[in-house]
Amino acid sequence: MTTALDRRPVSTPEPRPQQRAAIEWGPALAGAVRKLDPRGLVRQPVVFVVWVGSVFSTVLAITDPSVFGWLIAGWLWLTVLFANAAEAVAEGRGKAQADTLRKARQTTVAYLLDGAEVPAADLRPGMRVVVVAGQVIPGDGDVVEGIASVDESAITGESAPVIRESGGDRSAVTGGTTVLSDRIVVEITSKPGETFVDRMIALVEGASRQRTPNEIALNILLSSLTIVFLIVVITLQPLAVYSGAEQSLTTLIALVVCLIPTTIGALLSAIGIAGMDRLVQRNVLAMSGRAVEAAGDVNTLLLDKTGTITLGNRQASEFVAVGGCSDDEVADAAQLASLADETPEGRSIVVLAKERYGLRGRDLESAVFVPFTAQTRMSGVDLPDGRQLRKGAAGAVLAWVRAQDGPVPADVGDVVDGISAAGGTPLLLAVAHGGSARVLGVIHLKDVVKEGMAERFAELRRMGIRTVMITGDNERTARAIATEAGIDDVLAEATPEDKLALIQREQSGGRLVAMTGDGTNDAPALAQADVGVAMNTGTTAAKEAGNMVDLDSDPTKLIEIVEIGKQLLITRGSLTTFSIANDLAKYFAILPAMFAGVFPGLDALNVMRLSSPESAILSAVVFNALIIVALVPLALRGVRYRPASASAMLRRNLLLYGVGGVVLPFVGIKLIDLLVSLIPGIA
Amino acid sequence: MSSTAAGWLQVALLVVALVAVHKPLGDWMARVFTTDAAPDPAPEGPKSRLLPRGHWRVERLVYRAVGVDADSEQRWPVYLRSVLAFSLVSVLFLYLLQRVQQWLPLDHEMAAVEPGSAWNTAVSFVTNTNWQGYSGESTMGHLVQMAGLAVQNFVSAGVGIAVAIALVRGFARSGTDRLGNFWVDLTRAITRVLLPLATVAAVVLVLGGVVQNLSSGTDANTLAGATQFLPGGPVASQEAIKELGTNGGGFYNANSAHPFEGPSAWISLFQVFLLLVIPFSLPRTFGRMVGDRRQGLAIVGVMAGLATASLALTSWAQARAGGAALQLAGAATEGQEVRFGGPLSALFGTATTLTSTGAVNSMHDSYTPTGGMLVLANMMLGEVAPGGVGSGLYGMLVLAVVAVFVAGLMVGRTPEYLGKKLGRREMTLASLYVLVTPVLVLTGTAIAVVTDTGLSSLLNSGSHGLSEVLYAFTSASNNNGSAFAGLSANTPFYNTALGLAMAFGRFLPIVLVVALAGRLAVQGKAPVTAGTLPTHQPLFVGLLGAVVLVVVGLTYFPALALGPLAEALA
Repeated sequence: MTTALDRRPVSTPEPRPQQRAAIEWGPALAGAVRKLDPRGLVRQPVVFVVWVGSVFSTVLAITDPSVFGWLIAGWLWLTVLFANAAEAVAEGRGKAQADTLRKARQTTVAYLLDGAEVPAADLRPGMRVVVVAGQVIPGDGDVVEGIASVDESAITGESAPVIRESGGDRSAVTGGTTVLSDRIVVEITSKPGETFVDRMIALVEGASRQRTPNEIALNILLSSLTIVFLIVVITLQPLAVYSGAEQSLTTLIALVVCLIPTTIGALLSAIGIAGMDRLVQRNVLAMSGRAVEAAGDVNTLLLDKTGTITLGNRQASEFVAVGGCSDDEVADAAQLASLADETPEGRSIVVLAKERYGLRGRDLESAVFVPFTAQTRMSGVDLPDGRQLRKGAAGAVLAWVRAQDGPVPADVGDVVDGISAAGGTPLLLAVAHGGSARVLGVIHLKDVVKEGMAERFAELRRMGIRTVMITGDNERTARAIATEAGIDDVLAEATPEDKLALIQREQSGGRLVAMTGDGTNDAPALAQADVGVAMNTGTTAAKEAGNMVDLDSDPTKLIEIVEIGKQLLITRGSLTTFSIANDLAKYFAILPAMFAGVFPGLDALNVMRLSSPESAILSAVVFNALIIVALVPLALRGVRYRPASASAMLRRNLLLYGVGGVVLPFVGIKLIDLLVSLIPGIA
Repeated sequence: MSSTAAGWLQVALLVVALVAVHKPLGDWMARVFTTDAAPDPAPEGPKSRLLPRGHWRVERLVYRAVGVDADSEQRWPVYLRSVLAFSLVSVLFLYLLQRVQQWLPLDHEMAAVEPGSAWNTAVSFVTNTNWQGYSGESTMGHLVQMAGLAVQNFVSAGVGIAVAIALVRGFARSGTDRLGNFWVDLTRAITRVLLPLATVAAVVLVLGGVVQNLSSGTDANTLAGATQFLPGGPVASQEAIKELGTNGGGFYNANSAHPFEGPSAWISLFQVFLLLVIPFSLPRTFGRMVGDRRQGLAIVGVMAGLATASLALTSWAQARAGGAALQLAGAATEGQEVRFGGPLSALFGTATTLTSTGAVNSMHDSYTPTGGMLVLANMMLGEVAPGGVGSGLYGMLVLAVVAVFVAGLMVGRTPEYLGKKLGRREMTLASLYVLVTPVLVLTGTAIAVVTDTGLSSLLNSGSHGLSEVLYAFTSASNNNGSAFAGLSANTPFYNTALGLAMAFGRFLPIVLVVALAGRLAVQGKAPVTAGTLPTHQPLFVGLLGAVVLVVVGLTYFPALALGPLAEALA
């Protein structure tokens, strides 16, 4: 499976291996047979009509046997089976994951605070249980006492343990995960049978799948088309009788099945299930299909700065020499001053020196590392040759230099102010040697925008989505980063109330808003947003408030969620267009077959030069059935999605699925006819 | 000048006139329906204050007489109830008028109209169809013509405009359950749009030689010595609104081919202009009212594109008829007035079937099979290119909703048109709308061709006979009113069946449209972004045109194949 999404530069976890397996047709066909029960099929009106047609044509084949009659009946049943199989295949993909989850659920015993053993099934919200290393947490809850490392791989597929501790935003634990170390007391927050894992199982199996608003609307349109075509064919018989060309019931049934939108009707629910599945593969759980559709409609994305737009820590981006020093001198000093500095900023200085100036790590055996303290606000190193290198906040370093009567170059002030204005943090670098000190240069530390994000935001803009960066930084710093990353707007010094107000403001203008959040104070905003993605590391309150949970807790994924939502809708629209466009060729196959006997002139419509009336009708029916099978992979994968403006996308999809949908069946039916006409009794 | 060159000139003249008039007329109508009673701000435009704002005095009289509060707005069920109640009363009144005309003045010794025919005619004129199963000059007295039929010509067109405006308000407004006031919309459509235009048009027609008197007719002695009865009447006044309101019910049986109704080629061309002018101007009104003229331009683009294609095909089919010798003589001349000639006949035929008018200046039954199929297909489009007065706009907007739904999905958003989300309810209403006419046309035709009563009216057998029945039901269900001659439709069966087709074909869609308008008005408006499907670009115009053709093609292809297509390919 290679979608455009897989080739993103931004790091995303690979879809789970077991999800990428090829389509398993065997179990799917077994499932398809089980789904032949008409009570279930009524939900899909188009397929139901084909089912009724199959029953009728079978009865006709029995009462008035002919090769043609039996072949039509057989292929109509196959059409229904293929439609059912499409749904079964989509559902089957969730099964494997559901099984894994079920294993996680098999915790039977919980230990209460007083040491009493109770069955996990009897746990009620508010009860407190003790979990120690090696035990499985019996239910969803919040840690109220202690800290522990927890293995959540059963749910997230991620093997690295995570820390869970009481209080704060990392207190939520999920039933079915394993405590690896220490002891925690968990207050249960969910009822048995309604835990997170239970909901996950229901979601991935599609058991709790409800049809989404757009799917219902499309189904209405398809039903109405089905009725139109039923009327067309039912009224055709009187017209045919009048014209002296009465048709057999089998032919009329074949015509109905070919005309009604069977392709999209058969694949509609598979598309919906597959859309949810694509989210699951990316470790996102949507609590409702409605949220997935809403994701496609999002107008405004609220993105947290740290972790989403920028890397977690500030990094050195350049060395600026001052007072006549050379750049190499500054780089050399900066590296020496930072070699023993294990802070992320310190490491980034070493990395920059190596990448930009080719300076390798050196052995500093007898050097003395001077760590950062709150008093000195500097760190550095004392070298064996007597040099003292210091780096730190401008004020502190200048004071240190002045204390040793060192000169302060005139350009220092300008450089420091310039870096601050650009949203960066200036670190001053100075050296003292033999009683004299001087400033060497300035290290520019700044927030580093993740690679590829600017292109991503440009794509979003083309898709008509506005991005707003949420940050605690001041307005100036925030603007600088936003400009660099290509973000449309910022919400600086943001409080949770500000976020909520921003969402409400956007929504009052008719916009749909998506956001991510993890803290309890994010909950109101998550609940208010149209698409609220809670991080799995977040609090229970946040997870309850959002309508999606990202198990990887990767805020960048919001962008992918939007794309998956769009892809789902595009797949529906494209296959609907394709399905309807197919009808033209089917008319050209079937109408001359029906009426050229009485009106020889109508043979002019037989543009495909099909060999006989029977083979023409049969070929159309066979094509109609096979195209469903052929499109199952597309329905499951989703049509290719490239971020582009609406007009560009419409033009592309219309060309591909509209024009393609007109042309393809002409070719397909002709080819099938060449084969079918070899059958004795048909040609 | 050759007939072809004349044809080109006529079309060019027509296009220029329509382009020139649609702007001021469209803007004027937008003003008419957005001032005062409606809360929308009046669109910017000419600041002239030649006419008083607010209700006109004559309008106040009407409101007082009817007993409505003209300053209150209606929710959609009330608006709909007003439309239906008004139409029901109209049908009853018109029926009674025909039944008692012999006791009323100006009856010119016409007898009471037969019940079946009276019902059919009443429904026909109230639904803006003007299917005429009777022969006008020998059935209806002048009072019925003037107080009954001509009045309906005005008000049925007014109803169409009102419903279209209600739908446009649904798109234009947000967060309200009010659609405007039907009585105000209807009254204004008549007093401010139809009456002034019809007055001007009638004067032009009289100047052009259309008769206008209250005479019961004259016996004239012809040069050959025979005696001929020349029926007179208030023809010009009725002719004006017949075209303007896309009604089509002729004073005379021969309709606009009659020398007293259509005395000359240029009058015939003027009539084509009249029947196209309001339908082609309403999209401008729509664009104005939704605050984006490009949207109106797109709609009018689809209408004009379809109309142009249809005219080109029909003219071509008519001109290539019958081989070289016939073509030299003007090709398909059967059933045509030599005063008008082939191109003008094709133009009139195309315009009248595309606008739900149904007036004719030539006999469609005598067209070449392909030409006949095209005028038939014009009506099958659902009368949307540009369609009837009002009904053309609302029909096209509903089809636009369907087109946007499918296309909107293809750009990855839940579809929205003019900022309105198209969800379950909206699609239910739009889908049912699309369903109505095909069901009526096809079931009606199917019943007619397998029942003895239905078949007994056929004068032709075979494919052409089928075409005649198909034409009749298509014409009635789409409220066109033109007929393929050759079908004796003044029988109890056809009067009843076509009457029902006309009534359902008019009012079921109206119910759905007003309900849709109500749904849309309540919604907020989603903002337009780069991700929104643009509905004002050529791509969408092409798509909408294709959707119209596909919906029609897929629905009627089999019926057409057995009728005119079988005849054409024979």
